[in-house]
Amino acid sequence: MACIDARRLRKVYGSTVALDGVNLRVEEGRILGLIGPNGAGKSTALGAILGLLPYEGDLKVLGRDPWTERDKLMTDVCFIADVAVLPRWMRVAQALDYVGGVHPRFDRAKAEAFLAKTDIKRSSRVRELSKGMVTQLHLALVMAIDAKLLVLDEPTLGLDILFRKAFYDTLLNDYFDKSRTIVVTTHQVEEIQHILTDVMFIDHGKIVLESSMEDFENRYVEVMVNPEHLAEARTFQPIHERQVFGRSILLFDGVDRGRLAPLGEVRTPSIADLFVAVIGGQSAETQGVAA
Amino acid sequence: MSAWTDVTSETPNQTVPATRTRPFFWSVRRELWENHAIWVAPLVVAAIVIFGFSVGLFTPHSLTTVDRTTVVSQSKTVNGVVVSKTVRRGGGEFVISAGPDADTMTQADPAPGANEAVARVAKPAVMTQAQRLQMAVLPYDFVALAMIVTMFLVAVFYCLGAMHNERRDRSILFWKSLPVPDLITVLAKASIPMAVLPAVTIGVTLATQLVMLMLNAAEWMGHGRELTALWPRIPLGEMSVVLVYGMVTLTLWWAPVYAWLLLVSVWARRAPFLWALLPPLGLALAEKLAFNTTNVISALSSRIMGSYEDAFVVPAKSAVRTPDTIATITISQIDAGKFLTTPGLWTGLIVAAGLGAAIIWLRRNREPL
Repeated sequence: MACIDARRLRKVYGSTVALDGVNLRVEEGRILGLIGPNGAGKSTALGAILGLLPYEGDLKVLGRDPWTERDKLMTDVCFIADVAVLPRWMRVAQALDYVGGVHPRFDRAKAEAFLAKTDIKRSSRVRELSKGMVTQLHLALVMAIDAKLLVLDEPTLGLDILFRKAFYDTLLNDYFDKSRTIVVTTHQVEEIQHILTDVMFIDHGKIVLESSMEDFENRYVEVMVNPEHLAEARTFQPIHERQVFGRSILLFDGVDRGRLAPLGEVRTPSIADLFVAVIGGQSAETQGVAA
Repeated sequence: MSAWTDVTSETPNQTVPATRTRPFFWSVRRELWENHAIWVAPLVVAAIVIFGFSVGLFTPHSLTTVDRTTVVSQSKTVNGVVVSKTVRRGGGEFVISAGPDADTMTQADPAPGANEAVARVAKPAVMTQAQRLQMAVLPYDFVALAMIVTMFLVAVFYCLGAMHNERRDRSILFWKSLPVPDLITVLAKASIPMAVLPAVTIGVTLATQLVMLMLNAAEWMGHGRELTALWPRIPLGEMSVVLVYGMVTLTLWWAPVYAWLLLVSVWARRAPFLWALLPPLGLALAEKLAFNTTNVISALSSRIMGSYEDAFVVPAKSAVRTPDTIATITISQIDAGKFLTTPGLWTGLIVAAGLGAAIIWLRRNREPL
């Protein structure tokens, strides 16, 4: 059973089409990065998956309809939307009590063990914690829940790079295993590239690229072309070309590395480079990947 | 940063056995954590009332307790029983004689410049037993009234914020990330004005009245009087029955008001206070302009002013201003049959149920602001 299975998923706000017939399938045990510029429909897609908004089309998450069975689904799904969503008046101890009181799969000892290694005091209110600490607290709550699907919507927004790196390391080392699935959206694409198993680009409510990371590495090649080979390199029909320090970097889709090697330095592109190539060409708004 | 990385999870795969959860209980507790006013406001009112009451009770020449009397001389005894005594009260001296039917009090020496309030009380020169009883019990009635007004204000502001604040600060995304159905969330929020606040109010009111009674007793004993004479003046048992009945009827009566406020709270994008107020007032104004009638405004005000007239036997209007009727409501005035057959009660509850369904639907469908 696929963890998430969406067919012709569509969501319209007034005259704005947020999701335009999205087909999406995420198997169990994957870590999917959902990458897109601002307003591409990422959060809408996640909202539909979490049963927060109604939608058109077929959607099954862990075999359930998220809109009609949200309450049951939430026993198996965890969600960190943004650091700001923990209620500011709540005390740390209250958060532990509350989640323990309503969630059948919450292991308080696990959350306590995690918090013990932070500077977070039980008596502190959320509003008294730094932004990084709030994320630590939320992560402590989520990691103590034995969930099947974890959805992260810009979980590290506004955190410094140490916190961001630690956040994903913790997630990968102490939480993730092959029985869980993680879907993450972020603008800091480079930082999560190494943890993803799959990547998906979304733009204007449509999936524009969908690939496992293995395929990604086999399929896309970036070459810093020696000037004398530039014309020859262009005959392989690069999907994108950019200049760095006066040298041309060409991005190829499905061209054999052996044939490109003589033309310059060959390497695997970053997701961000590919994102610019795929979406930057069509969309004026590319600020999303700048970070 | 070590905190992040050196957490050793022993067996990440181990399945946590599902523990029993109590979503409703914890949802209500969560409201109490967030909204301290639910219990702080009644306690503050209690503290103020007790303070004012004790100041009045123990300050010499205080005018707040009408029943404050000092025995000046016992002028007549028959077989060892005092039948007449001169007492000082406020600014005047009175002779109390035990009559065949009731205590009567005659003013002996109205002091010049005696406070008008006392003079007014003393002017008839005769206070019946019933009147004195009412005077002693007045502060106790005042507490109950102040507590009910406080409760209503707290409930109004609670309801307006209950579903609005969580959307404004986006914490609704956190609440919705947990397996708590919207139905339970809404019921928990509705239970604050419908059950928690009335219960807190009854508890704090009774506790305050008990403290006042103890203060009264201390003052009474300080003057060497028999406590057995005090108890019948303050019928706390009867008052608490009336209070509980009054609170139940009032809460049912106000149910549509709370439901309306919760609906505005879950629906309005901003300024829920204005949205709660303007449509009903606009409707009333429109009615006045269009038909020159005031049905809406009178329906609204009778709803807000409470269920007293429908839940209790109301003394005749003509008697309203005499001292006999300013005092406490008695058990004999309780009329549950009349209340249960009041159409206003049932239309109100039906409206509340309809609004409740709309609230649950909107909690499910409304997005964060």
